[in-house]
Amino acid sequence: MNRREFLELIAKAGVTASLSGCHALGNKNAGGLYELSKFGQARVLHITDTHAQLMPVYFREPSVNLGLGSAKGKMPHRVGKNLLSELREVNPMLSHAYTYLDFTEAAQRFGKVGGFSHLATLIERLRGETGGALLLDGGDTWQGSGTALWTRGKDMVGACNLLGVDVMTGHWEFTYDAAEVIENTADFKGEFVAQNIRATEDAMFEGVDVFDDDTGHVFKPYVIKEQNGYRIAVIGQAFPYTPIANPSRFIPDWTFGIQEEDLAQLVEDIRVREKPHAVILLSHNGMDVDLKLASRVSGIDAILGGHTHDGVPVPVVVDNGGGKTIVTNAGSNGKFVGVLDLEFGRTGVVGFRYRLLPVFSNLLDEHVEMAKYISEVRAPYLPALNEKLATTESLLYRRGNFNGTFDQVICDALLEQLDSQIALSPGFRWGTTVLPGDTITMERVLDQTCMTYPETYVREMEGHELKMILESVADNIFTPDPYYQQGGDMVRTGGMSYSCAPRNGFGERIGDLRLRDGSLVDASKRYKIAGWATVGSKSAGPAVWDVVADHLRDKKEVSVDRVETPVLKGLTSNPGLA
Amino acid sequence: MNTNFSRRWFVKSLAAVAVIVSFPGVVFARAKGAFNAGKTNDVVDVLFGDLPIEESTEITFKLPDIAENGAVVPATVATEIEGVTQIAIVIDENPNPLSAVFDIGEMSLADVSTRIKIGKSSVARAYVKTSDKVFMTSREVKVTIGGCGG
Repeated sequence: MNRREFLELIAKAGVTASLSGCHALGNKNAGGLYELSKFGQARVLHITDTHAQLMPVYFREPSVNLGLGSAKGKMPHRVGKNLLSELREVNPMLSHAYTYLDFTEAAQRFGKVGGFSHLATLIERLRGETGGALLLDGGDTWQGSGTALWTRGKDMVGACNLLGVDVMTGHWEFTYDAAEVIENTADFKGEFVAQNIRATEDAMFEGVDVFDDDTGHVFKPYVIKEQNGYRIAVIGQAFPYTPIANPSRFIPDWTFGIQEEDLAQLVEDIRVREKPHAVILLSHNGMDVDLKLASRVSGIDAILGGHTHDGVPVPVVVDNGGGKTIVTNAGSNGKFVGVLDLEFGRTGVVGFRYRLLPVFSNLLDEHVEMAKYISEVRAPYLPALNEKLATTESLLYRRGNFNGTFDQVICDALLEQLDSQIALSPGFRWGTTVLPGDTITMERVLDQTCMTYPETYVREMEGHELKMILESVADNIFTPDPYYQQGGDMVRTGGMSYSCAPRNGFGERIGDLRLRDGSLVDASKRYKIAGWATVGSKSAGPAVWDVVADHLRDKKEVSVDRVETPVLKGLTSNPGLA
Repeated sequence: MNTNFSRRWFVKSLAAVAVIVSFPGVVFARAKGAFNAGKTNDVVDVLFGDLPIEESTEITFKLPDIAENGAVVPATVATEIEGVTQIAIVIDENPNPLSAVFDIGEMSLADVSTRIKIGKSSVARAYVKTSDKVFMTSREVKVTIGGCGG
């Protein structure tokens, strides 16, 4: 592996002109940001977790992304200045892309990010430089917007086909019914791969359709793609905990898991049987799981990762028994494209260059065909999407280990509209950002809430049950071994405060639970709790977006003065904490 | 799994085998006592008596890191250690930790799969018994509430 080359990447990716505003660049030239020098013989492009954002959006990176134990201070657990200090060269534009710093001001200056039309232009350009490139999509592409929900993911299948996605894997793709998933993967013109999804034994017995009767794999485990005469194996790794983190009732016949031993065997088999020039794992594990996996399974040249939405500008190179593996994570919401250029020698991959290119919509022309498609697919839904619900005085965002400001709005809506004492809202990492002074449209509410199990609930719970929920979710995030983490953020809370000691063990992280009036939550007393997105069975209440929309229509103006994040305990200075 | 047979064929044939395995008379008295034991140490005492127990890396113990459904957790134990007579799966935190015992005949491969119940997050152990020694490997399995995935 050529380490020198990748250390230079940031310097090269920098914009050369001084940026007094993107329009000064003229001709949307982007000052060289998108002009890459030639490197190696084959190019692999990577997008992930776009969460169905067809249009350009704002997306604020987290100010809290804690790494504990051996992950402390390591990528991706660095935020703000602590992240920028890892880069060789920084400019205001890259700082804005990779961090939350001065978010509002920088967003107003540099404009929106992503959008499939601008993405298409960039990808076409990147392909043109090298006479073609493989385009891999790590999944969480067919969910996350109103139109994706209403078309059951089909608007995104169409967009991905136009974009020319060659290979993809999935996670939220599996929150539609299994039959719809199969239909969508059939409509998808690329290859849908997953080595870690098999039919359960019961389902095999009942005769469910699978890709491979011998192994029970529901989808192809891998494909071989040829690029400039080089054969690249792409193995799919779907999100291992889909039936736990999301309802298993939609996909009752399928079983997931990390399946590390199977993967190691598969890599070995592919190396022997197919003799590829490179082996890539297209992963939805999350970065921490990928880093551990890379240290234990050899023979993989690169793990192109997603799920944890970490925009990691510099890849991590992991040593393992059989060599080295590049591990990346390419952010979310269409904000980035990962560009991996590979250099081949007699032994396979001998060098690489990686760049995480931010997709600044103002710097990229719209792609005519894609723009037309998006406009057509959205047209029937525009009246609903464009409804103006309220304006906000505050910056509204979600991403971060604890409550974001948009979560606070959702929790307040649950408390007030459903007349409850405490609100719980899931710690998803998707959801776009709204700038102060902007209108909150229905589309922005759907960005935060759109999914196939949006039903709300109100139920009475004893104090100890509430604590156990918080403890369980905290353990899913902060347990030291990545293989036991699920990759989301902490459940958001409203109407209460608590303390959290992330480094403690299971059952010992959460304390000092208090209602807003300051009274301690009593372990044996009952409280009225509202929430949404129940995984076990369908709840009875109205969809959360309707609850939030009603709340916003009532308020007309939103200002978030306090965010009910927990008091953190037992943490000394942590580079993942702003 | 032997590649001569498809997984579907194998699953279907298992159903036939299961009838024999689950026949009530097959349960041995000693194993029955072990199933009633309330602590892992007691299970080990009843099953293995005074045989020395040694940790081994020669046992493949497949179990999900996080259970998709604690009520039916797929578990596989396989080893190439010579002279295996018995394989046992023990879940420390279960009220009755012993989940399964397999007697391995001379002509059998020491490769067993079953589904077990796991009440809460626990250390899981696989024991492989030979005539003069017991080999053991362990791993953690987590049973958790769902939700909140990214």
